[in-house]
Amino acid sequence: MSGTNRPRRGWGARLVILIPALWLAVFFAVPFLIVLKISLSQSAIAQPPYTPVLDLAAGWQGLKDWAAGLSLESYALLASDSLYVSSYLRSLQIAALSTAILLLIGYPIAYGIARAPRRMQAVLVMAIVLPFLTAFLIRIYALVTILQREGLLNDALLALSLVREPLVWLSTDTAIVIGIVYSYLPFMVLPLYASLEKMDDTLLEAAADLGCPWWKAFWLVTVPLSAPGIVAGALLCFIPIVGEFVIPDLLGGSDALMIGQTLWTEFFSNKDWPAASALAVALLAILLVPIMIYQHIQMRALEHR
Amino acid sequence: MNGSSDKTRPLLRFEGVVKRFGDVPAVDRVSLDIHEGEFFALLGPSGCGKTTLLRMLAGFEQLTEGHILLDGQDIGDVPPHRRPVNMMFQSYALFPHLTVAGNVAFGLKQEALPKSEIESRVSAMLALVRLEGYGGRKPQQLSGGQRQRVALARALVKRPRVLLLDEPLSALDRKLREETRFELVELQQRLGLTFIIVTHDQHEAMIMADRIGVMNRGQLVQVGPPSEVYEQPNSRWVAGFIGDINLIEGRVAATGPQGTEIKSETAGRLHAAQPADVSLGTSVWLAVRPEKVSIAAHAPEGSQTNVFAGKVADIGYLGNSSLYKVKLDNGLVMTAVVANRTRLLERPIGRYDRVWLSFPSDAGVVLTR
Amino acid sequence: MRRGLSAFNMTAVALGLAFLYLPIAILVIYSFNASRLVTVWGGWSTRWYVALWNDEAMLEAAWTSLRIAFLSATAATILGTLAAVVLVRSGRFFGRTAFSGLVYAPLVMPEVITGLSLLLLFVAIEADRGFWTVTMAHTTVTMCFVAVIVQSRLLSFDLSLEEAAMDLGCPPLRAFLTVTLPLIFPAVAAGWMLAFTLSLDDLVLASFTTGPGATTLPIRIYSEVRLGVKPEINAVSTVMIVVVAVGIIAATLISKRGVVAR
Ligand SMILES: Nc1ncnc2c1ncn2[C@@H]1O[C@H](COP(=O)(O)OP(=O)(O)O)[C@@H](O)[C@H]1O
Ligand SMILES: [Mg+2]
Repeated sequence: MSGTNRPRRGWGARLVILIPALWLAVFFAVPFLIVLKISLSQSAIAQPPYTPVLDLAAGWQGLKDWAAGLSLESYALLASDSLYVSSYLRSLQIAALSTAILLLIGYPIAYGIARAPRRMQAVLVMAIVLPFLTAFLIRIYALVTILQREGLLNDALLALSLVREPLVWLSTDTAIVIGIVYSYLPFMVLPLYASLEKMDDTLLEAAADLGCPWWKAFWLVTVPLSAPGIVAGALLCFIPIVGEFVIPDLLGGSDALMIGQTLWTEFFSNKDWPAASALAVALLAILLVPIMIYQHIQMRALEHR
Repeated sequence: MNGSSDKTRPLLRFEGVVKRFGDVPAVDRVSLDIHEGEFFALLGPSGCGKTTLLRMLAGFEQLTEGHILLDGQDIGDVPPHRRPVNMMFQSYALFPHLTVAGNVAFGLKQEALPKSEIESRVSAMLALVRLEGYGGRKPQQLSGGQRQRVALARALVKRPRVLLLDEPLSALDRKLREETRFELVELQQRLGLTFIIVTHDQHEAMIMADRIGVMNRGQLVQVGPPSEVYEQPNSRWVAGFIGDINLIEGRVAATGPQGTEIKSETAGRLHAAQPADVSLGTSVWLAVRPEKVSIAAHAPEGSQTNVFAGKVADIGYLGNSSLYKVKLDNGLVMTAVVANRTRLLERPIGRYDRVWLSFPSDAGVVLTR
Repeated sequence: MRRGLSAFNMTAVALGLAFLYLPIAILVIYSFNASRLVTVWGGWSTRWYVALWNDEAMLEAAWTSLRIAFLSATAATILGTLAAVVLVRSGRFFGRTAFSGLVYAPLVMPEVITGLSLLLLFVAIEADRGFWTVTMAHTTVTMCFVAVIVQSRLLSFDLSLEEAAMDLGCPPLRAFLTVTLPLIFPAVAAGWMLAFTLSLDDLVLASFTTGPGATTLPIRIYSEVRLGVKPEINAVSTVMIVVVAVGIIAATLISKRGVVAR
């Protein structure tokens, strides 16, 4: 029974809402407005490296001057330079490919865990989560040592005589996808497991009883019922992958960048804050719909318990 | 309800209480007085608003309209933790992280009583519910019946002005449930407390309660002692909800001090000892409990009012009694229940036998709705 | 459909686990490699641990990271638990959808965006960037992970327990603290662990929001890794893995005992 009919909210209850709401508003929502504002500024050499500055003391006139000084220069730059556009497309492409592979690998794993004896399930889930808790950066670093030219992967392939020459893994898109799949697997497996685990065993028994072979029952019963888990897992992976920085930076090549790397470079190397902000806004614009879908799913899980 | 006598102010008074969830009223204009020391049962089918009424009294739901007065004071604005009523939850809601003694002591600790008093009251209460020696156990280590007693002890130890029990016996198996009914009544009488029990089980309500309030779709449809609610139901719905009933439709042909004469298209002339306060020709129902209907293999002699001939359509053997479904010549199906005083083998009436049903004038109740 | 590990299920799970653990195992093994070349096995040795022990900068960064992780995890646990309570218990209130958006969006928001926007905020309010700004950044993101974990526990929490406490004379706040909190504690503790490790692990947010004098361990490791693979990194990684694993196993054992004792 939800609290829809609790007594009037006292000051204590208001405070409980206010504290986290204020924190998130100040540290998550307001910063986006600043990003938006700076993306509309022109870069300047002086610190802080952007104009115009909103002079509130000047009142209405100040506001007008400020509005007049806004510029779409950074966005024009984004649209004109194919570097940025291709960087976006590449990010979306890699994210889509990785998410598809994650789903293909993650589903059998989640299914296997959900079918395991009850007592073992907790242990298996723990086993999936544990590496996620042990340092992401370190795991990418571990992949570097494995994927490099003299690395263990090539050693193994050579020893098994599967290849004659050591292959180039590092600095390729393949390496990026491997790294992403490796890092995001728990994010895919957990929501899938959560939806598969809830499923009633007798549903499949009923399907079998009605003459449905198991592989058909899988398609007609299991997969549709786990659809919320599939969507949640896919979004939980796809959205952050689009903006991923560390994985492509350490495993990918330097010729073609993902959008996260481009943003990073604009900010840290070129010190062009308006351009970096415009990139962030453009990235956010693409991801807004998926993020809202994700939020909707989470909210629905909250309502239908 | 004797609203005219002001000798004793009711302990508890509901005044036009309404609770809506969205647009749907869960409790609809309930007015009710409950007196000190009463064992009151709220009886009704599942979903009729019993729990909601109880939760408003405990303070967990806000009233949409109306007032609840305890000792003459409106308690609408008093938060749950300040109300001198305690609830025994349907799920028991025992704290799993506390021991049995910890659960029972919980409420006393909120009153900041001295440790020694808490200890002595807890052990006295555990003794009262026959749980001495179980104080150190966790609720999970108890049987269903023991948990139920812990929940009872936890609420009773607070010495509430009113103890609210929401389906307190529904989680127990039948045998235990029947024993516990009497224990609860005995406890209530010994402690002189006021109990309000919620149940959907008519037997439970009738065995335990001093008065029953029958609820249907959020409304309190009849209030009275068990015998009155059973013998004098005020509507077809109450008659049918509390026990089985034969309903015979007809029109009032005559009414006066000598009783009510009813003409039924299906059953001919009927007579009820009770006068009906309706005009002639009004459509009414005569309600007769099956155990008040006699069955005979021969036509009774004498007066032929309230006598019907028919054929036995079905016989249900209930152990201590047998149930006969009789299809009357006029098409109506009536039920008669006869105590099995003699052995089954000697039962004289069989299926498809021709029989005569009859009931005395004072057995029927005239219902207008 | 009997429960159990059929050959197919078992293979899927085993391969998945191998994929997750093999690189970590290799990393740990090579931290004991005597050879300077990370790819050539030169016999067992602890020389890289000795080198690590003498690497002042690395130890300094580790200490900074641990402090940030501890503080931000603690703050995130408090804020995240409050947020979860709001999501599950507050019913409908003005701005509920906006509030839930603020809680769920940081979970999926690319770190570069969050990092950049937090930095611009800190610049705008002219905050001194360093230890505290990183701590606040980590608190902001990790509190949402805590909120999700605690929320799922609260959803299955039997509300009548809290009502029973109030019925017995306990005011609402005390009812939450004495009844609800002890019962959801395993989830709160798990949230803290997750927040701690996420903070210990974060490169992007820290890079954006840090300032002079507050180099965290991931920033340090990253700058070393970019220059090439170095065995010392294997050693520091192994130490981190051991610290986190021991913490998690301890937490699991504690919460298991809590469950059994109940
Ligand atoms: N919190 C709530 N929100 C919406 N509807 C509710 C809520 N609680 C009860 N109801 C509705 O009110 C009606 C009465 O419920 P309840 O009092 O629990 O019935 P009872 O206890 O007699 O079985 C039901 O139709 C139920 O669905
Ligand atoms: Mg109920």
